[in-house]
Amino acid sequence: MKRLINLSPTPVTRVFIGLLPFVLLLLVYIVASDARLEANPNDKLLPAFSQMGAAIDRMALEPSKRSGDYIFWVDTASSLKRLGMGVAIAASIGLAIGLLTGALPVINASMSPLLTVVSLIPPLAILPVLFIIFGLGELSKVMLIVLGITPFIARDLLRRTQEIPSEQLVKAQTLGANTSQIMVRVLLPQLMPKLIDAVRLSLGAGWLFLIAAEAIASTDGLGYRIFLVRRYMSMDVILPYVAWITLLAFLFDWLLATLSRRLFPWNVQGGN
Amino acid sequence: MIEVNNLGKSYDGNPVLERLNVKVKEGEFVTLVGASGCGKSTFLKMLLGTESPTSGELLLDGKPIADEPGPDRGIVFQQYSVFPHMTVLDNVMSAVGFAQRGLTGYLFGAKRKQARLDAEAILDEVGLGHALKKYPHELSGGMKQRLAIAQALLGKPRILLLDEPFGALDPGIRADMHELVLRLWKEHKLTIFMVTHDIKEGFYLGTRLWVFDKVRQDPHAPQAFGATITYDLPVDSSARQPAAKTTAEAIAPLLAHSAS
Repeated sequence: MKRLINLSPTPVTRVFIGLLPFVLLLLVYIVASDARLEANPNDKLLPAFSQMGAAIDRMALEPSKRSGDYIFWVDTASSLKRLGMGVAIAASIGLAIGLLTGALPVINASMSPLLTVVSLIPPLAILPVLFIIFGLGELSKVMLIVLGITPFIARDLLRRTQEIPSEQLVKAQTLGANTSQIMVRVLLPQLMPKLIDAVRLSLGAGWLFLIAAEAIASTDGLGYRIFLVRRYMSMDVILPYVAWITLLAFLFDWLLATLSRRLFPWNVQGGN
Repeated sequence: MIEVNNLGKSYDGNPVLERLNVKVKEGEFVTLVGASGCGKSTFLKMLLGTESPTSGELLLDGKPIADEPGPDRGIVFQQYSVFPHMTVLDNVMSAVGFAQRGLTGYLFGAKRKQARLDAEAILDEVGLGHALKKYPHELSGGMKQRLAIAQALLGKPRILLLDEPFGALDPGIRADMHELVLRLWKEHKLTIFMVTHDIKEGFYLGTRLWVFDKVRQDPHAPQAFGATITYDLPVDSSARQPAAKTTAEAIAPLLAHSAS
């Protein structure tokens, strides 16, 4: 018998034992749901999959009786718009700050204490400030996401910039490059895959801030809907919404990872 | 061309180099050898401009050498000398882009075409003509160093600095690289400074060999004195004996054997 640390599963076993926990969780849920519904057919806590299906059918495939909208898709569209804008703005600002502070010691000296302090402010604590300054509209929600993840992206890219071997900077200078040429052609391209990595890592926080902002002040959005139907204990809506958010989060992560591999084939471990 | 007057360098009061006095003429090939920490790399860095002297003078054509790297001095490091995000061709073409003024260093139109031709020519010369579209991580160690040399040469430096460029290569590949460097040195009329650990390499390659060592030793304070050039030996290039067999020579008998 090999030592446990040397024991790795075959590909088939790997898939099987990877799926196993999901199947088990699903089984536990079905059994528990059946048991509760048998005792009380009106139980709302653990709805059957048929009930969840009916709820999604109602929200996604039929227009709302009140407004005529397909609520599920309207919610998805507004949430993704906010998240997309927030993350895009945060990524741009983070990249600019990270590149400049990482490449230029003068900027670093003046910016990095501020950056450290700003990154320690809990973003949710200043959400009221954002509501006061930017109103209750779209802007304050986007700003919360921006404020929440920009410092992380900026600090991560600052570190990544400093990790680029100084030999490359010296080499570029011996070829006659000036500062901006080095930043545009040597540093920036090498930061792009790191930016995608940083965005992937910050998407989780992005969703958190999005749902928090929507829960507090909004009229649509995935987070708004979940918190709205909570009042009626509509687990048949909440659970599919959570599953949908999880699926979206997974898809974005996968898309970004694939994009990074396609666009930056040179970005491999130990590729120097 | 290069004149060193009573040059010294110390870190935090601990001298690394002291009392360096030496002159180098255009076209010489100087190899620098010595124990680890003897300051030979520090001397190279001062030539490069990433370190500056604490005392004395380091003159290039009678003027103090610039205290930052510049296009008159090319460099090849042991590693990390090439840009990992550019293909072989782009790596070399970047030298032309960087040589022009501008914010981005990108080339367009006729300039780009000309740069491409120049780059292809020099890549053929160093034996990388077949790998134009490859990224550095797809190259072997020897090929990476060939690329780094080609890139440095297209920057048209007067002085080429080599910091243990072949230290990580196999002996056969190393001998191939020696032939390449000697050929390029003659063709491009370069002045070369090369730091190496391998004394044989030093005797084989250069026109001049410098040995760095400490002349003054205080057993109670080993850090008290710095190293200097203890031997400045002329190397007779006409009597150049191969330091090792090149890969081609080494495998020729094997190939002949398998063919028969």
